[in-house]
Amino acid sequence: MHGSGIPIWFFIGVLLLLYGVMIFSYGIFELATGNYPPLVELTNLHTPIWWGGILTILGVLYVVKFRPGRAQ
Amino acid sequence: MFGLVPALPAAGALAHIPALLAFSALPLAHLSPLDMAVIVIYFGMTVWIGFYLKGRSNTSEEFFMAGREMTAWIAGLSFVSANMGSLELMGWAGSAYQYGILATHWYWIGAIPAMLFLGLVMMPFYYVSKTHSVPGYLDLRFGGAARSVAAVSFATEMILMSGVNMFAMAVVMKVVLGWDITFSILVSSVAVALYVGLGGLRSAIFNEVLQFVLIWGGALLVPILGLVQAGGVEGLKTRIIANLHTASASIAPDSYFHLWRDTGHFAANPMGVHWTGIVFGLGFVISFGYWTTDFLVVQSVLAAHNLRAARMAPIIGSFFKMAVPFIVILPGLLGLVLLQNPDHSRRQLVGEDVVKSCVVSASEDKVADPQACATAMQTKSTLTPEYQKSVLTGAPGTELHSYNEALPLMMVRYCGPGLLGLGITALIAGFMSGMAGNVSAFSTVWTYDIYKPLINKKGSDSHYVLVGRLSIMIGVAVSIGAAYLVMHAHGIMDYVQALFSFFIAPLLGAILMGMFWKRATAPAGFLGLLIGIITSVSLFVWVKFSPAAVATVALSPDATDMSANLYRALWAFLTSVAVIFVVSLFTKPRPVAELDGLVYGATKLPKEPPVVFYKNEYLWAVLVVVIFATLNILFW
Repeated sequence: MHGSGIPIWFFIGVLLLLYGVMIFSYGIFELATGNYPPLVELTNLHTPIWWGGILTILGVLYVVKFRPGRAQ
Repeated sequence: MFGLVPALPAAGALAHIPALLAFSALPLAHLSPLDMAVIVIYFGMTVWIGFYLKGRSNTSEEFFMAGREMTAWIAGLSFVSANMGSLELMGWAGSAYQYGILATHWYWIGAIPAMLFLGLVMMPFYYVSKTHSVPGYLDLRFGGAARSVAAVSFATEMILMSGVNMFAMAVVMKVVLGWDITFSILVSSVAVALYVGLGGLRSAIFNEVLQFVLIWGGALLVPILGLVQAGGVEGLKTRIIANLHTASASIAPDSYFHLWRDTGHFAANPMGVHWTGIVFGLGFVISFGYWTTDFLVVQSVLAAHNLRAARMAPIIGSFFKMAVPFIVILPGLLGLVLLQNPDHSRRQLVGEDVVKSCVVSASEDKVADPQACATAMQTKSTLTPEYQKSVLTGAPGTELHSYNEALPLMMVRYCGPGLLGLGITALIAGFMSGMAGNVSAFSTVWTYDIYKPLINKKGSDSHYVLVGRLSIMIGVAVSIGAAYLVMHAHGIMDYVQALFSFFIAPLLGAILMGMFWKRATAPAGFLGLLIGIITSVSLFVWVKFSPAAVATVALSPDATDMSANLYRALWAFLTSVAVIFVVSLFTKPRPVAELDGLVYGATKLPKEPPVVFYKNEYLWAVLVVVIFATLNILFW
């Protein structure tokens, strides 16, 4: 957002980071235990791991770049 | 015709609530604690954003116009996101399932040219005139009468559109989670009323950008994984052609993959449209009407911090708009071949009315009205006789799902714990962004264009902010009732298209004549708008009560409801333009000096400071045109 205050992009980063960590962690749990949801297709691709990882990386980038108080 | 009945009494809509609540389809999935956490975090953040921004929404300029301090990127993403409600996600995924790639026209020719026209040609007039709304522009150009007609019709449309969003979201909750429809509508309504009521347009824009990111993060997986399973694009094509051998003999099996090739005749393509309807009805009237005069989307751009940002915003938005079919149209097509029944046979989706005819009795666990169900399935679906029999006998796993459920069904197919929560959150976010845009625009138009000029002209600034907040609460409450009207619709999109042609097409005629013809007069603007709306509603009612009239309205007896909507919009637009032209010739025009900032040729636009080439809006507009042309040729 233009002007003062916390930028929109920081909030987006926080949300992506939270979601990324949650989903990535579940993916690791799934891989470690072999406990896959029975009705879901293509579990062999381990989607939660790579998709959660992508969200985490994007979240970190946005949080760092747009953190409050950082000089623009 | 399966569209909204404008004069439908509230009692008629309420009569269908018990039937809808009686849906007894088993939920497709049960949310895990992880999914619930994802959804709760999203709701928590949106409400918190509302409270955070409340302190920055104290004046009317801040509350209704977001302080006019948005950058081009934020305004551009918000501009596109405001259009990503139920209409964008479920409606068009369902339409792609029904009509194939033809549904993409609503994203490309039905959006891109108009978005560029808004940014490069019209935006300077909106921005320089400093209007707070589109009806506000009409007030400056044509006077209070035209403004009032536009404001009342727009406010009505916003309430109904908000109802569409609520209904679609409730359907998602019903299909995926088994949640009660009314409960879902109430939860989403309260959240939207809270965060828009507190933070105003700034909060709506803020959340729209947030939701834009979520929609891509949550919905992008479905087409990626779907394509992997279908064997890529070629595999998808092969399987669709193999599965659709029962389609009409006049439609080529590969017609689902062509945008233009089969539009030379109404009966030659799945949608039953003609290219003239697509180009002139959709590509010009409906598209230009929606993207350039519908305040729902224009409000984000008006909040830009300078003219260059206001011009760049729609251009930035157009890049993303061209990409949206990947997460909406493609899942619909994939659903055609990948969705399966429990016995692994291909699952066929049906219209909303067929689903309602086959509601299962809660007490007997069988179809409540077998006769109506059998008739509906025979006349309005392509279900096999064996499957129809299974439905009637209540065999396990044979519940019916509508076209509009294609996208959530695909999500359930590929998303496990966490990812399903993200996908559902993406849908909720999409619906809520649509609702937020609706109620925010409604609040501005109600306060500035109805309440202030017609009810209380002398209120203080804080009084109008209070009225704005209250109108959001009331608007949400009224749109809850409107949500139940949608239950009469065969497909959500047909309903929305009918609405567009009532209000948007005549409004486009008035705005274009006012903005580009100095001679257009105030009485002409008012009459053109009014008669255009009357024409559109009359044509709708005519076809409703005399279906054969579609041959006259849409120029062919083979035209579908969708096609009739396109042509009705075209006639309403032409009527509006013709009335304005004729009446203007017989009435006295305003002096040209009074039209500064309002009309092309009478306005001296401010000089913008030069920028480096890669920040020039014309460069990016040319790039959009090249990509747009390439896509249309590729999928010809």
